[in-house]
Amino acid sequence: MTTTVPAKPVTAVPAKHHRHPAVQRAQTRAAWILVTPFLVVFFAMFIVPLAYSAYLSTFTSQLVGGEVFSGIANYTRALNDPSFWEGLGRVALFLFIQVPIMLIAALFFALALDSARVRGGGTVRLLIFLPYAVPSVVAALMWGYLYGADFGLITQIFEGLGLSAPNLLNPSNVLGSTMNIVCWEFIGYNMIIMYAALRSVSADIYEAAEIDGAGQFRIAWSIKIPAIRQAIILTIIFSIIGSFQLFAEPNLLYNLAPNAIGNDFSPNLYAFNIAFKNQDVNYAAAIAFLLGLIIMIISYVVQTLINRKERSA
Amino acid sequence: MSTATEVAATDQADRTVPAPGSRRRVVEREKRRSSVLTVIVWITLIYFLVPLVWLFLSSTKNNADLFTTFGLWFGTAFRLFENIGSLFVFQDGIFTSWLANTVLYSVVSAVGAAVLATMCGFALAKYHFRGRNIVFAVILGAIMVPLTALALPTYLLFSAANLTDSVWAIILPSLVSPFGVYLMRVYAADSVDDSLMEAARIDGAGELAIFSRIALRLLAPGIVTVLLFQLVATWNNYFLPLIMLNTPSLYPVTVGLASWQASAAAGGGAQVLFSTVLTGSLVSIVPLIIAFLFLQRYWQSGLTTGGVKG
Repeated sequence: MTTTVPAKPVTAVPAKHHRHPAVQRAQTRAAWILVTPFLVVFFAMFIVPLAYSAYLSTFTSQLVGGEVFSGIANYTRALNDPSFWEGLGRVALFLFIQVPIMLIAALFFALALDSARVRGGGTVRLLIFLPYAVPSVVAALMWGYLYGADFGLITQIFEGLGLSAPNLLNPSNVLGSTMNIVCWEFIGYNMIIMYAALRSVSADIYEAAEIDGAGQFRIAWSIKIPAIRQAIILTIIFSIIGSFQLFAEPNLLYNLAPNAIGNDFSPNLYAFNIAFKNQDVNYAAAIAFLLGLIIMIISYVVQTLINRKERSA
Repeated sequence: MSTATEVAATDQADRTVPAPGSRRRVVEREKRRSSVLTVIVWITLIYFLVPLVWLFLSSTKNNADLFTTFGLWFGTAFRLFENIGSLFVFQDGIFTSWLANTVLYSVVSAVGAAVLATMCGFALAKYHFRGRNIVFAVILGAIMVPLTALALPTYLLFSAANLTDSVWAIILPSLVSPFGVYLMRVYAADSVDDSLMEAARIDGAGELAIFSRIALRLLAPGIVTVLLFQLVATWNNYFLPLIMLNTPSLYPVTVGLASWQASAAAGGGAQVLFSTVLTGSLVSIVPLIIAFLFLQRYWQSGLTTGGVKG
């Protein structure tokens, strides 16, 4: 399977167009009965909020005169807002540093466990996945204390060794500390997705390669990784979406290190602070909307790029 | 969007894997353990486990020991049960309400989302109807919209409708799981046989009876997967309840613990709070960890056969 599986169009479910009209009608009716409940809730809880906040984002509240229609003024304000760009910049660092580390680690564990060369593989898989069951709030809280100077484990270990402990919560280290928390939470989750994909690759393919004398690294690189490319793309997209959403970790670390984490640490934190500390919902709506748009565009571009690269390869 | 459709398509192609191959692999596996790899992997496990071990050990200490004894060993006295006791009476036992709220929000949301996603995903996989492709395209697009980018707009809407600070403000938005629909669509396409449905039709079964009596049983592992993922998502949700709720007695555990952490950090003198926060964190993650351990068969089979494998 060095060549990729040709994508069948998804509509190629057995055609039934020659069917009796009454039967067809009954099926169409059943289909809509089943689809409608989701669509109603989806419309009310997804489309309407987005439309409403798009509407709100075109107004500006003023001290005198209340809310005034201002067109795209909030969007131009956001695009000229250094705080918004700073948050986006940090997210970009996340994308280029944290996401690759996390996914490469996840891939390493997935391949190691799939090769069945690790003793106690089932236990290992479960234990690595365990942090996913820990809410990000608790993870951030725990790591925050582990980093801290009060009773932090890391400080204790450094001092026990007679070294001076690094301040992991100062402005220059706090981004890395946040990245570590996110890695800890999600390596296992991504590993499980990749591992599940690896397990469904037919063993015959690489057993043949093994007989031909291919080494394990060669098999992993040339056969296994290409075979689970769709799963890897999925983890990349999810990680992109996740990075842009960054909120709980900086929000909790802020309590421990208010000087290191500003109110614009991540775009989401910034939108939150604008809405609830500055009480400027119109501008917050614009930022939330812009953020959603940026994420969709980037996810789409990444997918297209990867797929085009694969096709030309 | 077309690329996401491709994901689904290759999904189906991949899953026609011959079973014998993997069985043979299991047999051969036995003799090829690698000590080096085993050692490397088990050493890296320390990274994943140390915070949890530390959390447990810290929950067994009183405040003095927390500051004076080594983090990865017990303190002078074993105070776990005292800590748990004081956790549940602190602030008139509000922690109990937080736990109950979290269970309520996550169970209702997970069941509701799984029901909606199963019905919709099944219909999208098994019926041809006008508008099907548009519906599916919209849902695929919705997967890309991040939850927290949606949370603020949802808050603004609820606030305009005076629905914030209520149970509904958490449950209603959590009922929508576009990804759940996508999963169930892929799963239904694969696990419910067209000829089986055809046979039921010949026997005179109505379409909805086919869904409720035949399809639901076949879809069960996929449903459990969606249920679990939505359960975890709502259980761990922080942003939405944080912005929606003002009344502490409505908080889920995440928001409650965060508020305690903030006051522990702010009030330097209120050190008593540290062991309460730590014990609360431990207590809040135990149910999910137990659920994951016991249900691992379900989420693993769900992931492997129907799921996120892409």
